[in-house]
Amino acid sequence: MAIFLTKESKVIVQGMTGSEGQKHTKRMLASGTNIVGGVNPRKAGTSVDFDGTEIPVFGSVKEAIEKTGADVTVIFVPEKFTKDAVVEAIDAEIPLAVVITEGIAVHDTAAFWAYAGKKGNKTRIIGPNCPGLITPGQSNAGIIPADITKPGRIGLVSKSGTLTYQMMYELRDIGFSTCVGIGGDPIIGTTHIDALKAFQDDPDTDLIVMIGEIGGDAEERAAAFIKENVTKPVVGYVAGFTAPEGKTMGHAGAIVSGSSGTAQAKKEALEAAGVKVGKTPTETAKLAREILAG
Amino acid sequence: MDLFEYQARDLFAKHDVPVLAGEVIDTPEAARAATERLGGKSVVKAQVKVGGRGKAGGVKLAATPDEAVEHATNILGMDIKGHTVHKVMIAETAPEIVEEYYVSFLLDRANRTFLSIASVEGGMEIEEVAASRPEAVAKIAIDAIDGVDRAKAQEIVAAAKFPADVADKVADVLVKLWDVFIKEDALLVEVNPLAKVASGDVIALDGKVSLDDNAEFRHPEFEELRDKAAANPLEAAAKEKNLNYVKLDGEVGIIGNGAGLVMSTLDVVAYAGEAHNGVKPANFLDIGGGASAEVMANGLEIILGDPDVKSVFVNVFGGITACDAVANGIVQALELLESRGEEVTKPLVVRLDGNNAELGRKILDDRNHPLVQRVDTMDGAADKAAELAAAAK
Repeated sequence: MAIFLTKESKVIVQGMTGSEGQKHTKRMLASGTNIVGGVNPRKAGTSVDFDGTEIPVFGSVKEAIEKTGADVTVIFVPEKFTKDAVVEAIDAEIPLAVVITEGIAVHDTAAFWAYAGKKGNKTRIIGPNCPGLITPGQSNAGIIPADITKPGRIGLVSKSGTLTYQMMYELRDIGFSTCVGIGGDPIIGTTHIDALKAFQDDPDTDLIVMIGEIGGDAEERAAAFIKENVTKPVVGYVAGFTAPEGKTMGHAGAIVSGSSGTAQAKKEALEAAGVKVGKTPTETAKLAREILAG
Repeated sequence: MDLFEYQARDLFAKHDVPVLAGEVIDTPEAARAATERLGGKSVVKAQVKVGGRGKAGGVKLAATPDEAVEHATNILGMDIKGHTVHKVMIAETAPEIVEEYYVSFLLDRANRTFLSIASVEGGMEIEEVAASRPEAVAKIAIDAIDGVDRAKAQEIVAAAKFPADVADKVADVLVKLWDVFIKEDALLVEVNPLAKVASGDVIALDGKVSLDDNAEFRHPEFEELRDKAAANPLEAAAKEKNLNYVKLDGEVGIIGNGAGLVMSTLDVVAYAGEAHNGVKPANFLDIGGGASAEVMANGLEIILGDPDVKSVFVNVFGGITACDAVANGIVQALELLESRGEEVTKPLVVRLDGNNAELGRKILDDRNHPLVQRVDTMDGAADKAAELAAAAK
């Protein structure tokens, strides 16, 4: 089963002909993703060779869907053009758009998010500024390294890319159903709550690991959601206890403003919802292990 | 990026929001000419990015040009809540104020859209008003695509119960402020107070604007607005090299790949430091997913140049970039630094995990640099780095 992405997923890449797009399309193909096309209006009708696999380039997302039945798009286009790329994906009503691009102006993200709403939310958006998602052994949509873990029964949702990888690696002997990197920008599409809900409903997920970081109140809201709706065990980790107020820590959304958005408040909210929260990534992995061992 | 009041004033003026005349100066003597240009009297206002400057003595009324010089002399160099005053604004004195209001536009992260906050009880911190009299604060969601037109502005004015005699004028200001918010790619545009003066006009007397650094690609002018004087010299040097660096007040230098992992590394080092004389992380430095030798060398150079740093913790998870490439990057970075004439004298603790970790570790072992120690777990390496920093403290 897994969530959002399976071996049946047909994936296209917006920005496949750019350097990042090419590099990661090659990696996605190597990890078994069914990539059916790329999109670039200036190169429509051509194809790109990836170690012997010819991937056709289409003029639009709409055309790619019509010709291939694609249901996932991974977006690598530069930040200046990302909003237009996401709007195009929404207009084409593709079920899932994974926005990898980082450094997008928040007004652009707010605009495409509002646009998705006006169009009836037919497109699930993951990101922006995220590593994408992987269902190990089935499909990989984004930039997550595929070979650091194996299929299993843990679901992972995280704001941070490298902490996602760290956790996948720590628990590689147990394995994961799906790992979703939702990104650390102030406005994101899919949230912790969306992923928690999907994992709760996924028969192939036994335990959920949730990674948060300073900024905003997404973790607090996720905690409230867990308390009401999640019966599967959840283990949490929050990064940024030592972050000073008012400084952006790498991710545009990772900032403590006044007394809001602190790691301590997030940890307390999660613990109050019955989530076991680790002090370090390694301790968090250990907590997950203990729960699964019964 | 938070702006100074005078920069916010300039942006307001650019979009026709009513403001008072004013200019920014950085020497006491310049206050004289500026005050003369305003007709002989002025308000001397400290330019600091922190609230409470009035109470701290950072805002003074000058009845004559001489008095303006005197106030500017006192205010320039003043410390307000840890912020040194490098500039003052010489502003036109406000006409008689009848009422003070509050209006703002900001990002609403939780609802993934924008928000307008308005109150007829301005002049003090809006958080205080919201806490003591929540019914006096109106919060109206703004659709990111529809924005704020005349009708939306009137909706905000009605929700906040602005008096009928200023309703149209406040709505007009709101439409113009929305222009500032959208066209300047702001995350916050706040006017407090928005004053009704004796003539019946409304004027933005003080404002805060925060701009989205990610929007700089369509705003080359952001560079001019950046406060270079306030930046820590190490942060400025890191910015020159496009490194994502934040100076902190501890002793363990940190380099890692990925914002989340680096934040986590700071925490793990701080925990480890509890057992080692209370040492803490000295900085945040994310060298990104690639971790090339050159980027690693640039990062190490910044960190080794920080006199507060006693040990360095390089924490890399090999994901996209495998650990052997990262290890080669570290070895080459050390050589590159030595070739630049930088002597590496502080101990480095390196933790490599993930793809090709064994290969990477072997490369470090073969190089056998006297100052480089390898510890294979994040928690263990943090402990070692803290121990070394405590020993050198």
